[in-house]
Amino acid sequence: MSDAGMSPSRRTLLRGLAGVAGISVAGGLVSACSSSGSGSGTPSSGSSTGSSGSSGAVSGTVSFGSNYSDPGVKSAFAALCTAATAATGAQIKINTVDHNTFQTDITAYLQGTPDDLFTWFAGYRMQYFAAQGLAQPIDDVWEKIGGNFNAAAKALSTGLDGHQYLVPLYNYPWVVFYNKSVFTAKGYTVPTTWDQYLTLAKKMKSDGLIPFAFADKDGWPALGTFDILNMRINGYDYHIKLMKHEIPWTDPGVTQVFQHWAELMPYMQTGANGRIWQDAAKTLEQKKAGMMFQGTNQVAAQYVTDKADLADLDFFVFPEINPTYAQDYMDAPTDGFMLSKKAKNTDAAKAILEYIGTGAAEANFLKTDQWDVGLAQGLAAPTYDAIQKKSVTEIGKCKSVAQFMDRDSDPAMANAMIAIIQKFIDDPSTGNIATLQKSAEAQAKSIYTS
Amino acid sequence: MVVGLLLGIPLLLDLAFVWFPALATVLLSFTKWNGVGDLHNKACLPNVPSILNNGCLYGIQNYHQAVTIYPEFWPAVRHNLIWLAVFILFATPLGMLFAVLIDRGIKGSRMYQSILFLPVMLSLALIGIIWEFVYSQNLGLINTVIGRNGNNNAIDWLGNPHLNLWAVLVEATWRQAGYVMVLYLAGLKAVDPTLREAAVVDGANAWQTFWRVIFPVMRPINVVIMVVTVIESLRAFDLVYITNKGINGLELLSVLVTSNIVGETQRVGFGSALGVVLLVISLVPICIFLFQTFRSESREGQS
Repeated sequence: MSDAGMSPSRRTLLRGLAGVAGISVAGGLVSACSSSGSGSGTPSSGSSTGSSGSSGAVSGTVSFGSNYSDPGVKSAFAALCTAATAATGAQIKINTVDHNTFQTDITAYLQGTPDDLFTWFAGYRMQYFAAQGLAQPIDDVWEKIGGNFNAAAKALSTGLDGHQYLVPLYNYPWVVFYNKSVFTAKGYTVPTTWDQYLTLAKKMKSDGLIPFAFADKDGWPALGTFDILNMRINGYDYHIKLMKHEIPWTDPGVTQVFQHWAELMPYMQTGANGRIWQDAAKTLEQKKAGMMFQGTNQVAAQYVTDKADLADLDFFVFPEINPTYAQDYMDAPTDGFMLSKKAKNTDAAKAILEYIGTGAAEANFLKTDQWDVGLAQGLAAPTYDAIQKKSVTEIGKCKSVAQFMDRDSDPAMANAMIAIIQKFIDDPSTGNIATLQKSAEAQAKSIYTS
Repeated sequence: MVVGLLLGIPLLLDLAFVWFPALATVLLSFTKWNGVGDLHNKACLPNVPSILNNGCLYGIQNYHQAVTIYPEFWPAVRHNLIWLAVFILFATPLGMLFAVLIDRGIKGSRMYQSILFLPVMLSLALIGIIWEFVYSQNLGLINTVIGRNGNNNAIDWLGNPHLNLWAVLVEATWRQAGYVMVLYLAGLKAVDPTLREAAVVDGANAWQTFWRVIFPVMRPINVVIMVVTVIESLRAFDLVYITNKGINGLELLSVLVTSNIVGETQRVGFGSALGVVLLVISLVPICIFLFQTFRSESREGQS
C-alpha cells in the first residue's frame, strides 16, 4: 500500500521539478528579451546627452516591480505609470507581487534579476539595501526634483553615504483618532498634555467607554505607541539613535517610555494580543471606544472599507509629555521608489522617477485614495478629504518625522521588539520592564554588532 | 544498466534535494550572513557593525546566542515537545478509538467516518481560519455561547500566551485524529476476520480480542502511525503561522527558522543553526524507527 501511495507522489514531484525548470527557462527568456530590447532601445541617445533628461528624450521599456497588490492601489499605480509613459515616452512594464511576498523576498529579488525600478520604503530600511550596493544613487534625479520637496523629505530619501536613493510618493501620519459626535455629545475636549490625556481617559472609562481601542495580534501596531512615547519623552534624535542601537535599550530613557505606557494600560482595550487592529477600529466605529492611536492608512481606510461614517472621524496629534520636545515629531511612514543596481534601462528609469517626483504625479496617484497624502511641497490635491487636509497640516508642523520602528531599525530588531512589547502588554509591571529591557539589549547586541 | 539508471536517478535527486541542503544548512549555521553578497572564510571581527561583518565564519556563536539570549528559543523547544506529547498521548489514541468504534459497524458509521475525515481534507490554513471564528474574543462561537464576549470578561483564547497553545492544539487534534482514524481503519479492514472468529471461539471478550489479537497483528500500521505522529508534530507550522505568525506563546522551532531566514533582513546563519537543532531533534525518532525496522528485518531474514 505504501508503495502504491509513493509512486504517484514521486511522479508529481518530478513533474513539479520540470515545471519549475520550465518557469526558470521562460524567465530567462523574458529577461533576455527585455535586456536586448533595452540595449537597442537606449542606443547612446539617452546616455550621451547625459543629464538632458528632457521629456520624451527616452525610449525603450522600463520594468517596474510593484508591491501595490491590493485592487485599489494597484489601479492607482497603473494610472500613475500610464501618466509617466505619456510624460516621458518610456514604456513601463509593471510586475506586481503580493505585498508581503515582495517584502520577504527583497534580498533574493535585488540580487537576482530585479526590475529597473521597484517600490520600497524610506528610512533605515532603504539605507540598509543602499549600503550593500543593491540600489543606485539617483542624485541627478534629485537635482531636478529637489525643489518639489522640503528638507525632511530629502533626508528621508538619503542613504548613509549622503547620496539619494529614493523618490517618495506618499506618507500618512500616526495620530489619535476619535468620533466628533462622541466628543460633542459628552462634552470632551481634545487633550494637548499628558495630564489632560489621562484625565480624559479616566472620564471616558467612568462614562462606560473603552478609552483606547487597542490591538496587537499582528505584533507591529503597538510598535507605534512605543515610537510616539519615545519621541515625546526623549525626542527625535534619541529615538533614531536608539533605533540604530547607538543608545542601549537598558537606558533609563527607555524605562521612562515603558513607565508612561504602563500608566495608559488600565485605559487600553484588554486582550490586545489576541485582537487584530481591524477589530479595534470597529470598536471605534461602533462608538464603544473613545480613541484609537494608529495610522490614517489603517483607521481611515477601515472606515471606508466598513462604510462607516468617515465624516465623523477626526484626529489630534499625540499630546505633549516633555515640554522640550512638545508635539514636534511623529511617525509618518513614507513609501516611494528606488532604482535597482542591476537596472537595464537606467536613463528611462530616471526620467520616470523625475516625473513621479512632481506634485502632479502624486495628485494623480492619490485620486482614489482617502487616507494617504503626497509629499510634494504645497501639494493640495483636489480630491483630498478633511482627514487628508489635516494630515498635510500636521505633518508639515513637525520638525522631524520618524518612519516607524520596523522602518527606522533593522527589521530583525523590530521583530525582537514585537515579542518584547507583547510581553509588556501581558505584564506591564516595573519588574517585568527591567527584564524586558535587558532582553532587548542582549538581542540588539547580537543583531547590530557581534 | 537500466537498474543502475533506476537507482542512480533517485539517488542523485536524493543527494541534490535532501543531503546537499541539509549539509549546507549545517555549514551555514557556523557563519554570520544576511544573504547579500558572498560568503568568505575569514572569521567575524568582534564589536563591528553587522553590515561590515557579513558572510564571515562565526564559530558556534549562533548556537550560543540561540540558547542564551534568544528569548524565543526555549519556549519553542518546549512547545514542540508539548505538541509531540499531546499528539502521542491524546490525538493519536483518539483517532484509533474512532477507527475501532467505526470498524465495529455502529449505526451511521459511514456518516461519522465522513464527518471525522472532513478536517483532513481541508488545508491547515483553512482550519486555522475556521477556528478563528470559533475562538474570536468578541465575535467568536465559544465566547458567545458561554456569554463571555463582553469587553471586560472575554476569554482571549488565541492571544493569551497561557491559553493559545492549548487552543491551537485542539485545532491540530481535530485534524490529526481524523487522519489517524483513516489510516487505522484501513489497517483494521485488512485484518483477517477469521482471527476474530477464532478469538471469540476461544472465549475472549472484545477488550482482550483487540489488545491480544488485533493490535499485535497490526504492527506495521502501528509503526506507520507512530512515524506520522512524530513527523506531524515536528513539522507543525501552518496552524500557528496562520494564527499569529508563531509569536506570543505559539513559538515553534519551525517558525523561528522561517522568521529568521525568510524576511527582509535575513539572519541566514542564525536561522540555519535553529534548523540544525530541529534536525537533531528529528533524528532521534528517525534513528529509533530505522533501528527497529532493520532489527526486525534481520530477524525475519534469519528465520
